[in-house]
Amino acid sequence: MTEDTLLERITDYANRPDPYPLYAELREAGPVVRQADGSYLVGTYHEIAALLHDPRISADPRSRPASAGDLYEEGAQPPFLRLDDPEHHRLRTLAMRPFGPPHSPGRVDAMRGQIADITRELLQGFRDREQIDIVDDFAYPLPVTVICRLLGVPREDEPLFREWSDVLVAGADVKPGEDTTERNQATQQARAEMGRYLLDLAERRRTHPSDDLLSAFVNEPDPALRLTREELAQTAVLLLIAGHETTVNLITNGVLTLLRQPDQLDRLRREPGLLPSAVEELLRYEPPVHMRERIPLADIGLAGTTLPTGSTVVLALASGNRDPKRFHDPDRFEPARPDNQHLGFGSGIHLCYGGPLARIEAQTALGALIPLLGTAALVQDPPPLPAERHAPRPPPPPPRRDQ
Amino acid sequence: MTDDLRKGRIVIVGASLAGLRAAETLREEGFTGSLTVVGDEAYPPYDRPPLSKQVLLGQTAPDATGLPIRRDPDAEWRLGVRATGLDPMGKRVLLSDGDPLPFDRLLIATGTRARPWPNPEEAALEGVFTLRTCDDAGGLAARLAAGPRRVLVIGGGFTGSEIASACRERGLEVTVAERGPGPLVGALGGTLSKLAAAMHRGHGVDLRCGVTVTALHGDGGGRFIGADLSDGSRVEADVCVVALGAVRNVEWLADAGLAAGPRGVACDAGCRAFNMYGIVTDDVFVAGDVSRFPHPLFEYQMLSLEHWGNAVAQAEVAAHNMVSPGPLRRPHLAVPMFWSSQFGLNIKSVGVPSFSDQVVIAQGSLEARRLAMVYGYRGRVTAAVTVNMAKSLEYYQHLIETAAPFPPAPGAADRPMAAEIPVPSDVPDPKGLSHGPTVALTGYLPDRRLTVVQH
Amino acid sequence: MQIVVDLTLCQGYAQCVFLAPEVFRLHGEEALLYTPTVPDDQLERVRQAAAACPVQAILVGEEVSAGDR
Repeated sequence: MTEDTLLERITDYANRPDPYPLYAELREAGPVVRQADGSYLVGTYHEIAALLHDPRISADPRSRPASAGDLYEEGAQPPFLRLDDPEHHRLRTLAMRPFGPPHSPGRVDAMRGQIADITRELLQGFRDREQIDIVDDFAYPLPVTVICRLLGVPREDEPLFREWSDVLVAGADVKPGEDTTERNQATQQARAEMGRYLLDLAERRRTHPSDDLLSAFVNEPDPALRLTREELAQTAVLLLIAGHETTVNLITNGVLTLLRQPDQLDRLRREPGLLPSAVEELLRYEPPVHMRERIPLADIGLAGTTLPTGSTVVLALASGNRDPKRFHDPDRFEPARPDNQHLGFGSGIHLCYGGPLARIEAQTALGALIPLLGTAALVQDPPPLPAERHAPRPPPPPPRRDQ
Repeated sequence: MTDDLRKGRIVIVGASLAGLRAAETLREEGFTGSLTVVGDEAYPPYDRPPLSKQVLLGQTAPDATGLPIRRDPDAEWRLGVRATGLDPMGKRVLLSDGDPLPFDRLLIATGTRARPWPNPEEAALEGVFTLRTCDDAGGLAARLAAGPRRVLVIGGGFTGSEIASACRERGLEVTVAERGPGPLVGALGGTLSKLAAAMHRGHGVDLRCGVTVTALHGDGGGRFIGADLSDGSRVEADVCVVALGAVRNVEWLADAGLAAGPRGVACDAGCRAFNMYGIVTDDVFVAGDVSRFPHPLFEYQMLSLEHWGNAVAQAEVAAHNMVSPGPLRRPHLAVPMFWSSQFGLNIKSVGVPSFSDQVVIAQGSLEARRLAMVYGYRGRVTAAVTVNMAKSLEYYQHLIETAAPFPPAPGAADRPMAAEIPVPSDVPDPKGLSHGPTVALTGYLPDRRLTVVQH
Repeated sequence: MQIVVDLTLCQGYAQCVFLAPEVFRLHGEEALLYTPTVPDDQLERVRQAAAACPVQAILVGEEVSAGDR
């Protein structure tokens, strides 16, 4: 085994339950490690942080020389997550208007009560059970219900968008060397269908507005601040997927980490005031997103290596989070860790849009669950991966045309 | 040796940000001896930046900006007491009240005060303010809340501009008089000064540049009613804020034999004060706005910084060095950084913008009110200023720290055409400005010209 | 309780504004203003904001108390 297959090995399903020894190998091999497929893997904290703040690094897949069957259709604009400034800034600012500061500073804070209520209902649902599935019974339904209410999507449509969402999330997975043509076509199709579905919902909000983001987007009175149809579709798809997928991981990783470390579970039970910093530590120790892909817009010199224009650079955020040059005793889960500038939500202009909501959800969920975890233990460790968990599901019902 | 340094008597003169952070750091570093902090204001350490922002906007009470402590510094606080002198032989600080205070090691952190209006009678008129302390801010905020017809701000530096911004936000008419060609020009140079001027005018400030205020007038009752300008015009106003920059609090050191003057107390990179002969002292340290220190990134020129972050960083280095033996001492090498928020813009700076000959707009644009401007001197990057683009700043900080070539490498996604065309940085001589720069390059040691006396 | 934000470090991520909007606010698009004296009923939110700050710029603590003078 050599360093130039590290990315392949890290993304191998066999290694996904615990990629951290491979991340250590990566950091050992150097800040920048060229892979056999021509991409570059960056696994050290300071180098990742430098690239995330470098204005010459692009998030836009179109910055790469055209390749067959890309994630986005030709001519289609990616959502702001995969755009560069100034376009990224314009769209993210517009998407932020009904969601966060400066225009809607209290929106997320005002959802605390709802989030607590949903959490309580879910806990009620399984309080007498011997065995629960943390993902299906708790970590998935909570953020899905929250994002549906926030965005204005009927909760009953969940089976519908879960199907699309699964395709899109699988499409965004990093799998080096694999022919992605088919996967990318499926991704494009799912995105288009999901976009049409959300535009349809938004259209109905035009005449029947309510207190949700789709209503706010579609009823923006100032034409200069209004998203186009395409932008609205892209943004809504992004928020619906990102709004639940990553939070599911965060809550699930939290439960898993605590069940593996009963002393820390006990500590949090005794010191609930540690919960906010414990969630930050979770974002460092077991982040929901392990990697981000970027493309240099110029030849960028980094730690003695040149990242060539147009190359693929994979930033291993989860590895940076365990870099001993930045974090003391990095493989230790320390809920009270000081100076925790983790990369769990990224950094720089693309810092996670929904991070504050995810934090409140994770704090609420873990805070309510921890007192109940008395003698709970994992049925299986490591737990099965998502790919093994779900039997093929029945096809989704046709999109609803009325309400 | 190390043990000895952790004991004894340490006196800190100055009970603001630098003094507080130094006191905490001394304890963090294991100092177990007696610690006394002397401050001439009657208040525990408080934060000053909010005074020209939240406090003037009426959002925060003037006495509510107390600084939180990181840990209990376990110090004796002599507040409301002024240091009046330093006896270097007897190792004592002389106080305005009571017995001299003996020390084994001393930290000078007396900071600055607002430069007063030069005519004391005019300065004493009711309605004429300076802004440095929470008492100043309380008085001014109360007057602004009472709804004056017009406020005259003398000086278009950061403080003056922030005051003008707060006045406009409160719906008050305001005139800014600046001797130089534009606001902020001393700190940021010509191009951003033009943006600042546009922001002033766009927000309804009556901005007058290239003029000086020649006289302040009072009515029969001693109340300020207006001012004469050098262009022959007159401004009628009932509040005047003198924002002419800062004066370093060094007078109490006049007989101490230190390299202390109007530009501050000179010290080495380890915060040890120089004496008047340029010889470093071993038991007197300096930190914060009152210090001037050599910086390798700026040709070892002595820097005087009136920056919040510098007060913290330098206090920490000074405190560490006060309790550490020689080989374990650290240099204070932090790159200067500051911020200002005014007219809804977030202006942040890294490096020394006045240490420059050219600038380019490396990202964004003046029109968008969102940009990163990079400053170069003789072909290397020496500073950067972002306007509503703070997330880019650490990239440029890295360029400064590594003495990267100027103009910076191309390739930024939002790099405008203007990035290809460096223009002169247009930083004027501070002598021609109303506002003092908050960063000053103060030349080389020795600080004073000595007369050689032959016997 | 008092807070101070090291605005030298602040990059305007506004995570604190989301989590404690009565204490922190944006002035314009990016400049942060805040209330230095934290009301008791906001303390929990402020602690969350301090933990969440991506550049760890928020310090929460007691003032030097009058009794120490």
